[in-house]
Amino acid sequence: MSLPSALRQIVAATAIALLPITAQAAGVLNRGNGAEPETLDPQKSTGVPEANIQRDLFEGLVTEAADGKLIPGAATAWTVSDDGLTYRFTLRPWARLLDPAQASKYAFMLWPLKNAEKFSKGEVKDPAEIGVKAEGPGTLVVTLERPTPYLIGLLAHHASYPVNRKAIEAHGDRWTRPGNLVGNGAFTLAEWTPQDRLRIDRSKTFHDAANVALDSVYYYPTEDIQAEYKRYRAGELDITYLIPPDQIAAARRDMPNEVRIVPYFGTYYYALNMTRAPFKDNPKLRQALSLAIDRTAIVEKVAKAGELPAYAWVPPNTGNYRNPAIEIASKTQAERDAMAKALLAEAGFGAGKPAPEVEILYNTNDLHKRVAIAVAAMWEQKLGVKAKLVNQEWKVYLDMGREMQFDVRRAAWIGDYDDAWSFLELLKSDVGKQNPARYENPAYDDLLRRSAAERDLDARAKLMAEAEVMMLNDVPIIPIWHYVSRALVKPYVKGRIDNVQDFHSSRWMSVAK
Amino acid sequence: MAGWIRGCAMTDAVLPRSPGGRAWARLRRNPTAVAAMIVLGVIAGLCIVGPWVIPHSYDAVSWENILTAPDWSSGHWFGTDPNGRDLLARTLVGGRISLMVGLVASLVSLVIGVSWGAVAGYTGGRVDGVMMRIVDILYALPFMFFVILLMVYFGRNIVLIFVAIGAVEWLTMARIVRGQTLSLKRREFIEAARAIGVPGLTIVRRHIVPNVAGPVIVFLTLTIPEVMLIESFISFLGLGVQEPMTSWGVLISEGAQNIEEAPWLLAFPGTCLALTLLCLNLLGDALRDALDPRDGR
Amino acid sequence: MFRYAVARLLGAIPTLFALVTIAFFLVRLAPGGPFDDERQLPPEIEANLQRAYNLDAPLTSQYLRYLGDLARGDLGPSFKYKDYSVAELIATGLPATLRIGLSALVVAVLAGVFCGAVAALRRNGWVDRVVMTLAMTGIAIPNFVVAPALTLLLGVYLRLLPVGGWGDGAFRFLILPVVALALPKIAYVARLTRGSLAEVLGSPYIRTARAKGLRGTTILVRHAARAALLPVVSYLGPTAAALLTGSVVIEQIFGIPGLGRYFVQGALNRDYTLVLGIVLFYGTLIILLNLLADLAYGWLDPRVRYD
Repeated sequence: MSLPSALRQIVAATAIALLPITAQAAGVLNRGNGAEPETLDPQKSTGVPEANIQRDLFEGLVTEAADGKLIPGAATAWTVSDDGLTYRFTLRPWARLLDPAQASKYAFMLWPLKNAEKFSKGEVKDPAEIGVKAEGPGTLVVTLERPTPYLIGLLAHHASYPVNRKAIEAHGDRWTRPGNLVGNGAFTLAEWTPQDRLRIDRSKTFHDAANVALDSVYYYPTEDIQAEYKRYRAGELDITYLIPPDQIAAARRDMPNEVRIVPYFGTYYYALNMTRAPFKDNPKLRQALSLAIDRTAIVEKVAKAGELPAYAWVPPNTGNYRNPAIEIASKTQAERDAMAKALLAEAGFGAGKPAPEVEILYNTNDLHKRVAIAVAAMWEQKLGVKAKLVNQEWKVYLDMGREMQFDVRRAAWIGDYDDAWSFLELLKSDVGKQNPARYENPAYDDLLRRSAAERDLDARAKLMAEAEVMMLNDVPIIPIWHYVSRALVKPYVKGRIDNVQDFHSSRWMSVAK
Repeated sequence: MAGWIRGCAMTDAVLPRSPGGRAWARLRRNPTAVAAMIVLGVIAGLCIVGPWVIPHSYDAVSWENILTAPDWSSGHWFGTDPNGRDLLARTLVGGRISLMVGLVASLVSLVIGVSWGAVAGYTGGRVDGVMMRIVDILYALPFMFFVILLMVYFGRNIVLIFVAIGAVEWLTMARIVRGQTLSLKRREFIEAARAIGVPGLTIVRRHIVPNVAGPVIVFLTLTIPEVMLIESFISFLGLGVQEPMTSWGVLISEGAQNIEEAPWLLAFPGTCLALTLLCLNLLGDALRDALDPRDGR
Repeated sequence: MFRYAVARLLGAIPTLFALVTIAFFLVRLAPGGPFDDERQLPPEIEANLQRAYNLDAPLTSQYLRYLGDLARGDLGPSFKYKDYSVAELIATGLPATLRIGLSALVVAVLAGVFCGAVAALRRNGWVDRVVMTLAMTGIAIPNFVVAPALTLLLGVYLRLLPVGGWGDGAFRFLILPVVALALPKIAYVARLTRGSLAEVLGSPYIRTARAKGLRGTTILVRHAARAALLPVVSYLGPTAAALLTGSVVIEQIFGIPGLGRYFVQGALNRDYTLVLGIVLFYGTLIILLNLLADLAYGWLDPRVRYD
């Protein structure tokens, strides 16, 4: 091209480059969303980023209000029979039926449904025998195998979202594309460029469309949390997915009203390998190691987001549950250290028999690395137990974890629904490889089994609490902290209310500029 | 013309006879090269000896001193990292790893690459085609996978890091050497050697290799930094040096996350790395000048 | 030379075949599978998934099936991003990577050759030293430091440029990633150019040209440039391939929807088909670029003959 036109292009480009880039259309929200969604099919996805988007595109029988409480969704009302086995849902006029027979990592959660487990295993072949039936055009009847107090919460989970059978049959695997996807949520899928962004627009056919304030929402994959933090500060994002731990203090200092740190329904813990030495048949060693960890120091100096030091397994304020009092939680760290040293000696370790060397397995992540370094230092300084740090990338870490090729393993568990069962069932002996420590305690299993059959919620809670205390004394897992969710939210974003499950539907939010 | 010949004769009388010796003499006379060599020596010396001498250890966690700025009195002259460990000690220990990886992996790639490239380029024909095809295939292999597999099957051995990185870097070296060989092949003195009956391998060893030395040396001084950076990328993904061991690459990538709040985390290891690479490059330049066989100066 | 090029292209087919085969089996050797997650799959459901993606068949039959699909142009579904096929992911990632890669390549070559030439012409003068020192800093600072530093300065503090995102390829989203990506390459190219140009300028035939009374620029462009650019061209082949297949770090930091991330992420996620798709693409690209580099070599240096 000629020189003058080239020059013009350069000048124009520079001018554009210098324009302020924070063009904010009213009614548009920009959300950082962590990882790129694997799929938008609510029955195939497993992660939080996917669930966030699906929450805006679909609506289950039950849905969440802005503060996380369960409210009617696709069903306007429901009744429960006296024996707790039959639920009747009155549907909104045009709600589509859900199809529980899809392969899904969460399918097992719907197994309380009559015959659902058997169908999954192939014992029952006819989908009509699963306990979900339509009784007339406006009523859905759900029949259960056993009473499940948390069923309503389950039905708000994305695995229970209705999917449009016609759309799937017409488009196959491409039904989740913009233009093909049919959902009953507050928004529809307008645009999706993988790894770049995803846009949803307000749905005109939503039953509550009049009250939805936003016109569009952009979801951006933000895997690099440092980059996300910078984009937020530059005004390109209105809400972030996380806050980098090292920047929390600075954020609290510079933009205190925008920092949202809220207890989150999950526990960060270390799993101990109970299938082999040194932890097999060695409860005193396990207890000593657990006591020697200064959780307050870790939370304050390493994690830094205000997590709650954890001495129990189930997080506080869980539905249908009263967390048991944990004795060691009320002691000082110095007392716990003394107890730890005594227990170590009782276990037979000392001058004659040095304490074993253990390996701590963790996946590649800055935070996990720091926690592991801290824990190793504590064990060495206080008990003389040497810990070797083993860092593996995610898939290898999962594989080693499943095959129990570790001594100590860093892990975390987030509850799927607001009930203690979602935590306690993890340590039953019959869950196979999902049990992080391969903990096998028939008394524990028995308590849990009795609680599952118990119809009285209080009695059920008591049995579960008893089970939890029993398990904690055995120390198959060492809880370290109860999670907090961390996000930065611009002051002009309204309607985003903190809640323990960190569910924030765009339906309730607005942008006030 | 006559003056030029006389000048040659004079220099011949003063300088040592062998090309290596002449190169070394020329190098010694270059002030930048000497300065670079001294600085490199100092850095290497500090990294080797330093950790035994300074007050703190590289893996001792100090709870009160998490992420503190450099402070003369506390003995943390470079400050501390987010785990409360002394940054000076970690920088020096990290330097050991980085320098070792840089040297060894580069040497591995040098030896393999030069031999491969020279043989391929000189032999030509089908052999050349096959050899370079192999290079193409290896180049397109997902490097990540190769590294993951090695690390998983054979454990987290530092030797493996050398192997993995060296196994990737020799490819470009081979291409460059092959290219240079191709143009050298047709030069008069090579044709002359062939006419006399010098065997192919000897020609490669005695004539081709020294003449490709120039670009190869320059590329080598570019390889060492690349190797160090690849090593930091591998460690970044959790496949390199295991905690508590560290390297400059790891320290720098951690430091880059914290530029505003804790600039010392980036500044000190970054300066060390930059200085080392600077000296290596200056040295490389000087080496190229010194090794130039046609340089009559 | 035409025959040579055709022969090389034909030879590329068995190369690619070998490439796919090695990569196929290599990929499946690493422990862990695409569906492993923190949340354990009940065994029946895992069996369902394995069957749906054909992962329960013996390895050789999977291999043959993959080859069959390839012959039909089907690169398979992505195991991780279940809503997309590999071909679609590559198709969406390619434009972004190409734009950034090509821009970075052009910037690196132009700036690098210019700096290197200037330095070689004023060899051992102060210009030489300044330019070379600047070039050196480019090599010494890794791009995962340059990128955050630049974004902090220009994006957060000065708000001149966007910190991240792609915006469908608008120019202002390109500037920072291209600069960050090109900087180390400028340094390499500058050094290579300076080195070889300095060498060439001292050689007898240049002295002859000068003795003949030819002007400086003529000597430079007509005689010296060709020979001096040889190592640069050799280096450019793989560099172009690397730039074009994307830089993981840059794409991650700036949130660019490019191919580089798929490469590494695919490996880490055990997304077999995605990795194989990108390996095929990368392989074809390398072979083409190397061929171009070799042809350019032959054009630049008339003494090179391909037998």
